[in-house]
Amino acid sequence: MKKHIAHLALVAGLAASVALYAIAPQLDDYAVNIFVLAGINIILAVSLNLVNGHTGQFSLGHAGFMAAGAYTSSIITLTLAPALASAPAWQAQAAFFSALLAGGLFASFCGFLVGVPSLRLRGDYLAIVTLGFGEIIRVVIQNTNALGGARGLEGIPPYTNLLWTFGIATVAIYVVASLVNSTYGRGFISVRDDEIAAEAMGINTTKYKVAAFVIGAFFAGLAGGLYAHFISYIAPEGFNFLKSVDVVVMVILGGMGSTPGVAAAAVLLTLMNELLRDFEQYRMIVFALLLIILMIVRPQGLLGNFQRRKRKAPQP
Amino acid sequence: MLCGLFFSGCKKKDAAGNPDEIVIGEFASLTGATASFGQSAHKGVRMAVDEANANGGVLGKKLRLVTEDDQSKAGEAATVVRRMISREKPVAIIGEVASSRSLEAAPICQQNKIPMISPASTNPKVTETGDYIFRVCFIDPFQGAVLAKFMLQRGWKNAAILTDVKQDYAVGLTDFFKDYFTKNGGTIVSEQSYSSGDKDFKAQLTSIRSTNPEAILVAGYYNEAGLIASQARELDIKVPLLGGDGWDSPSLVEVAGDAMEGNFFSNHFSAEDKSPAVQSFLAKYKAKYIESPDAMSALAYDAAMLLFDAMKRAGTTESTALRDAIASTSGFPAVTGNITLDANRNASKSAVILQIQNGKFRFVETVAP
Repeated sequence: MKKHIAHLALVAGLAASVALYAIAPQLDDYAVNIFVLAGINIILAVSLNLVNGHTGQFSLGHAGFMAAGAYTSSIITLTLAPALASAPAWQAQAAFFSALLAGGLFASFCGFLVGVPSLRLRGDYLAIVTLGFGEIIRVVIQNTNALGGARGLEGIPPYTNLLWTFGIATVAIYVVASLVNSTYGRGFISVRDDEIAAEAMGINTTKYKVAAFVIGAFFAGLAGGLYAHFISYIAPEGFNFLKSVDVVVMVILGGMGSTPGVAAAAVLLTLMNELLRDFEQYRMIVFALLLIILMIVRPQGLLGNFQRRKRKAPQP
Repeated sequence: MLCGLFFSGCKKKDAAGNPDEIVIGEFASLTGATASFGQSAHKGVRMAVDEANANGGVLGKKLRLVTEDDQSKAGEAATVVRRMISREKPVAIIGEVASSRSLEAAPICQQNKIPMISPASTNPKVTETGDYIFRVCFIDPFQGAVLAKFMLQRGWKNAAILTDVKQDYAVGLTDFFKDYFTKNGGTIVSEQSYSSGDKDFKAQLTSIRSTNPEAILVAGYYNEAGLIASQARELDIKVPLLGGDGWDSPSLVEVAGDAMEGNFFSNHFSAEDKSPAVQSFLAKYKAKYIESPDAMSALAYDAAMLLFDAMKRAGTTESTALRDAIASTSGFPAVTGNITLDANRNASKSAVILQIQNGKFRFVETVAP
């Protein structure tokens, strides 16, 4: 029964993406811009939630994975650009999709690399390692001339549209939601709730932690690829620590471990950023105040309890 | 539904379609890391618009300035420029100081066929985006060459370089400096790097000191340049430090104090220049804002004035005609020197070298292209 609902949601989400794509010509550029950013933020937040929310590993390196995906896919499409300029549209889109996938795969390889130290670290220590790793990715790019260095890469073909963005966002939500609700995926939650007990019960906690990093990084890489092919210009500065913090805020605001919650928070924060533009210089103050109020009123996050009340495990 | 909510929530101003006004867009980093530049640029543009309106507007219409803040953040420039173009329908856009954010906005302006004039983005790639993108400042190759030329003229043949590798502007400046300097008989004795936000430069400076340079190029922005200068003096490095227009901020001397004395930097204009254009700009700026203008406000003012001049020459605000009028600008008497736009839509004009003396930026000489 539950599986039915998940499949239905997947189909509905994909249909909504197609519908959005179809009405896109009627929207102005700014509206499309916000929709795409919201979609990219959904992918980032939902994928980070798998690591931070469901598996309980505090990662601060999401922007690094995003950068890995963005640069990998951009280098591929930039290399192919002369050939694709005259190719039929479907070929260009197919190449774009392959580039996105390559970016995602490379990011998940990076996720594997950072997942391995998480065998020995937890809590604050892991947070520092992921933070460092995200910075390493950025600094390596900054000092690599072939990747544009600090000057960034410009002229990336703008292939990203609403169909790709929301199609991938839907798949990300579907994969993460059905993964943690599956028999296998209960292992993620057990690692979060009590690592020692999980280990005693025969759960391979190492495997689960690495899996969470690999899957989370894969989607972050896709999000990075979408971002690069939307803005057309990327620079290492755009993938700094603050970008990771933005995503962490979405996860905490939405409710750690609640997929619908973090997706809603991603949309809410994207819209809030735009709606508050009229406050001009005071925008960030208003933004921060709203966050503080929200956290006081709902410390468990927007939809935090919605999913958690099912578990009655007492906190030690 | 979401969509409807969103649109009704956002339509605050009665935009577009008022036939008696011309909308000019501007995006700037009013907040965030480079807020100092953004604020200065905004004041320059604001002043130009007010001045034009006080003189009866342009083409018989009032000008309305729409300003958006990009928070000095990646991704924001693209968003605010799309917002401006969709909501306010500006005839032209002025922005940005930082090359990285101009590069985000340029493809959007090009695609929408809206002329964009950058006041101070010195990266050559900005105007390479397309034929609607212009700039009123000189570019990194020129500034790098000016500094190299100046050093060689003074007989400093051994230079060390300290570059902020995090800023594309600084990396570009270093590349072109090295190119000119080594080709004209100079030697680079040491090359070190740092990242914006660093506080300690002693390791790099110690290594530079051991190579005995006659001058040190510090390619970066004012925040770190100030710290570098004071730490260099602490390490007893007495040779002059040189920088580009990224040094131009009152904070430069505030941070370093006496350690900045005697150092040089290249800039777009000097307040000490006796030309009437500069002096009348200074007087007007001081009257309006009760402070002295920096190069960013002068450049932004020039960008706006050049745009209004092009509108008058075109006799219309239609985008192709306006683009052609801007492109054909020749010998426009601007505050930062006479501007002629070349075939690559870059301004060809002279640079000034300033020296820090008693905490003030003193005019030393003008270096022609």
